[in-house]
Amino acid sequence: MSQATLAIRRISGHPGPAPGEDVERDELVCKLVDTTTCIGCKACEVACLEWNGYTFTDTVFDNSYQTMPETTWNYWNLIKFNEHEREDGSITLLMRKDQCMHCADPGCLAACPADGAIVQYTNGIVDFQQENCIGCGYCVSGCPFDIPKFNPETKKMFKCTLCVDRVSEGLEPACIKSCPTGCLHFGTKEDMKDLAETRAKQLRENYGIEKAGVYDPAGVNGTGVIYVLHDVTNPEAYGGLPKNPHVPWVVRFWKGPAKWIGNFAMLGGILGVTLHYLRFGPKEVDAEKGENGGQP
Amino acid sequence: MSTSRVVSSRPADVRRGRILRYTLDERLNHWFAALTYIYCLITGLSFWSPYLYWLAALVGGGPTARFWHPWFGLAFTVSVFLMYWMWDRDMRITEADRRWSKAMEHYIKNEDDQLPPEGRFNYGQKLFFWLMFYGIIVLLISGIGLWFVESIPWSLRWLRYLAVAIHVGAALATIGGFIIHVYMGTAMVRGGFTSIIRGEVSAAWARTHHRLWYEQVTKGTPSEK
Repeated sequence: MSQATLAIRRISGHPGPAPGEDVERDELVCKLVDTTTCIGCKACEVACLEWNGYTFTDTVFDNSYQTMPETTWNYWNLIKFNEHEREDGSITLLMRKDQCMHCADPGCLAACPADGAIVQYTNGIVDFQQENCIGCGYCVSGCPFDIPKFNPETKKMFKCTLCVDRVSEGLEPACIKSCPTGCLHFGTKEDMKDLAETRAKQLRENYGIEKAGVYDPAGVNGTGVIYVLHDVTNPEAYGGLPKNPHVPWVVRFWKGPAKWIGNFAMLGGILGVTLHYLRFGPKEVDAEKGENGGQP
Repeated sequence: MSTSRVVSSRPADVRRGRILRYTLDERLNHWFAALTYIYCLITGLSFWSPYLYWLAALVGGGPTARFWHPWFGLAFTVSVFLMYWMWDRDMRITEADRRWSKAMEHYIKNEDDQLPPEGRFNYGQKLFFWLMFYGIIVLLISGIGLWFVESIPWSLRWLRYLAVAIHVGAALATIGGFIIHVYMGTAMVRGGFTSIIRGEVSAAWARTHHRLWYEQVTKGTPSEK
């Protein structure tokens, strides 16, 4: 959304290096979502809409507290409510704030064919630049979290920006600012990781929640949004948070080896017919010999 | 081949040494297919590689290319199905094709005098036709998947990945056929290019390249010796 004044580390569909390639800024930014203290108030959903200038639209009621089934192009932040049966048979409500995870290794960016439609800033934020987006939807196939959404009217893709416009001005994201329980935190990746591990340890040691842990999936080299979960061994229970997310191997192959194989095959084809022409030349039917069928 | 459906040259044309090879309908459809395929080729290649993204600028930029690519793909599909309707019977692989395919090396080396006679289309042309026919079916199905990717539920996301892989693979296969087709139609087989524009070939050309077809369409027509 915002060009901001941030250095760029990765650029989608770009035939060459990015200006900030391989640059690690000292501080990667990170959101920490502590699902154990979330009360499902949805203040973050409202704050997100408000800051980003969207209004509520019609939604679907499906016998749950959840505002709508999935995030949409103009609803980037959604608390997912999941009834969960504990081992002792009692029921609990698992609530997880769902949004773009801002992967360190973003699959959307890898899949994107449009130069500069998706960028990753050196602070780790993955951001869509709608003026460069062509609306092809490849990012949908690349994302391991099913986040990018298509606006059929403008034919552009949208998702959470991690409030890059606020962050680049030294403010925290809107969702963080609105959280009444303090289950949302914002800071450097290092600090958030520390805080999350401390909280998980506290849950394990002081509350007897043995499987409490931090969700920061290694398959995408870690994310810019990390979770404290009651049961880190079963993230799927939290509205389908994938256990081991990674950029789909088809996307990797398509954007890697397939590109080389395809390009060489196409060049080989052109080279092949050129060589054929130089070696054997055209088939000409001699008009003078037309009477006997052009045969020698 | 007694099944050849469309082409019948007027005896007068045959006597002056010209034979109708493609009717106006066939020519129009061929060039409609060419136009729509080339549009999809240019736009598709621009999405294929960042180093070819500039191709999108030729047709109005990335978003425009993305908008029209599926529609032109649909138009090309219609065109290929029309071709199927026109040429299905002419394109079936025959005994003559099997004989010819065994001698294909001679065709490649321009030793045409050592080739067995062929009908209206030779084995290579038929292969290209069926490549494009099955290619477009695969491209259509996978293309619809890419077009409405968000409509494929997350639980069936393997379909999203499959659509990408298949669309790319099928496109590359048709590009291979297309390169050979354009080369043969323009540079290699002289007379072929004018035949798909004006529709006519010389009697000598027909005798040389498609002898069985020549004999069929000139049956009963005394040639002017």
